[in-house]
Amino acid sequence: MDLCRLTIHEAAQLLKRHEISSVELTQACLDRIKKVDDKVRAFVTVSDALALQQAKEADQRLSQGDGSPLTGIPAVIKDNICTKGIRTTCSSKMLENFIPPYNATVVMRLNACGMVMLGKGNMDEFAMGSSTEHSAFFPSHNPWDLTRVPGGSSGGSTVSVAADEAMYALGSDTGGSIRQPAGFCSVVGLKPTYGRVSRYGLVAFASSLDQIGPLTKDVTDCALVMNAISGHDPRDSTSLPHPPPDYTGSLIPDLRRLRLGVPREYFVEGMQKGVAEAIRSAITKLAELGAEIDWEVSLPSTRYGLAAYYIIAPSEASANLARYDGVKYGFSARVAESMWDAMEKTKQQGFGPEVKRRIMLGTYALSAGYYDAYYLKAQKVRTLIRREFDQAFEKFDALVTPISPTVPFKIGEKVDDPLQMYLSDVCTLPINIAGVPALSVPAGFVEGLPVGMQIIGKPLSEEALLRVAFAYEQATDWHKRRPAL
Amino acid sequence: MKLSREEVKHLALLARLGLDEDEVERLREQLSNILENFEILQQVDTTDVPPTAHSIALENVLREDEAGPSLPADQILANAPNREDDFFKVRAVLE
Repeated sequence: MDLCRLTIHEAAQLLKRHEISSVELTQACLDRIKKVDDKVRAFVTVSDALALQQAKEADQRLSQGDGSPLTGIPAVIKDNICTKGIRTTCSSKMLENFIPPYNATVVMRLNACGMVMLGKGNMDEFAMGSSTEHSAFFPSHNPWDLTRVPGGSSGGSTVSVAADEAMYALGSDTGGSIRQPAGFCSVVGLKPTYGRVSRYGLVAFASSLDQIGPLTKDVTDCALVMNAISGHDPRDSTSLPHPPPDYTGSLIPDLRRLRLGVPREYFVEGMQKGVAEAIRSAITKLAELGAEIDWEVSLPSTRYGLAAYYIIAPSEASANLARYDGVKYGFSARVAESMWDAMEKTKQQGFGPEVKRRIMLGTYALSAGYYDAYYLKAQKVRTLIRREFDQAFEKFDALVTPISPTVPFKIGEKVDDPLQMYLSDVCTLPINIAGVPALSVPAGFVEGLPVGMQIIGKPLSEEALLRVAFAYEQATDWHKRRPAL
Repeated sequence: MKLSREEVKHLALLARLGLDEDEVERLREQLSNILENFEILQQVDTTDVPPTAHSIALENVLREDEAGPSLPADQILANAPNREDDFFKVRAVLE
């Protein structure tokens, strides 16, 4: 048996019955990392000593019959989520040597469940990007075709799961950074409702949009990770007070009486024909499973989503990234004439091109004379986008769309054309603007490359999304296909 | 919206972001192109539409004013690029 290929729920059964140990499971993943990570480059840091120590502790817990479904299961954490004592770089030169003195809430919660942490996942610098080519260290590669991008910005986390290096991973999603790489690599990725999962310890990019969520091999695993990380956190003032349900309760393979809408604006101009066909065929499958489908839904403000997003997110980023002044932590330019000179040189040498682009864009949108025309206008358009979702969810339990207009593109293809790169997230951005939850589930292949289906729900309707995705997954076998590495 | 080199340099100054001449030119072109595409927002009628800053209705969150433990100074200063004893060392702010 190839242990690293197991899902969480399969491994948890074997651990519970003492047929395998967490140390064996962890060693299998570490061996897999040794074997394939030279090709896919998923990891910024491999924390093998910590992982083996946590695995031993987990085995002790399991031997006493004390464990949860995540006890002893190896995971990867995106490198913008703080891990005490383990380097957290945001794939930036700015934080290359930063060792957090505390754990993010999600890490504390997973540790309490007995997580084994294999390491930190590569990403676009400060989570800004759609391909993981903007990592200051190296690009990650798509395991289905090593010449292509894995998507971004949680590319490393996603690849570690798709390439069977880890059982699951955490990513963060500001405009699609969990769902788009999940779609590009054929795994399950969920961006929860804004506020459902604590952001305490997540390095801030655009605070009103950022949300942490799971990347898993199947929908059952997604529910298990959500059970562990969701819920109110007094340390995050935007955390929702609503107690989370047991998400595994929504895993029923039946869609009768569920109403699903297909917004036509998500089949954007320029979408690859094969992708549109694959998604339409997946939606037809949902109808066969009992769902009522309305193919003629319209959300007209969707076409403004990209522009509104790329005003709002960089504006918040320009404020959040002002803290990297080279004084308290992070990179510091040592040869400088004055305090201001030191600050400018620190940012010039510490930040990569995409981060600079967004700081400049945000500074422009917030500057005197342009605030009303750009930032305020974008915030008003945000209201319109949210209202359209609210109206749609009066009629539908969920909306179904493609996750991306294309299959994974070639490494280098879009890296010098920021607008083209931004367009890869056109189907995912409106969801963050509205703060609603959405999930990507494997929905087929076009010429050997994965296609993801997006399921969008009203606030706090993660259970409905999991139910739709689970029923679809049980009726198809896309999620069982593994890349040849 | 075409940006001039001077405008790009002014924005960089506002953000305290150092840029070399090549970066100024590249950003001038790229930002101009992006902003031109974002003109589409001006087509939207937003009369009487209130802005949304956050997708959830935020309320002030208050807690009892009780002192709790904080991180030890050594842990906080462990990541400092430049320290002296228990202080961050900074350049002179006033000349």
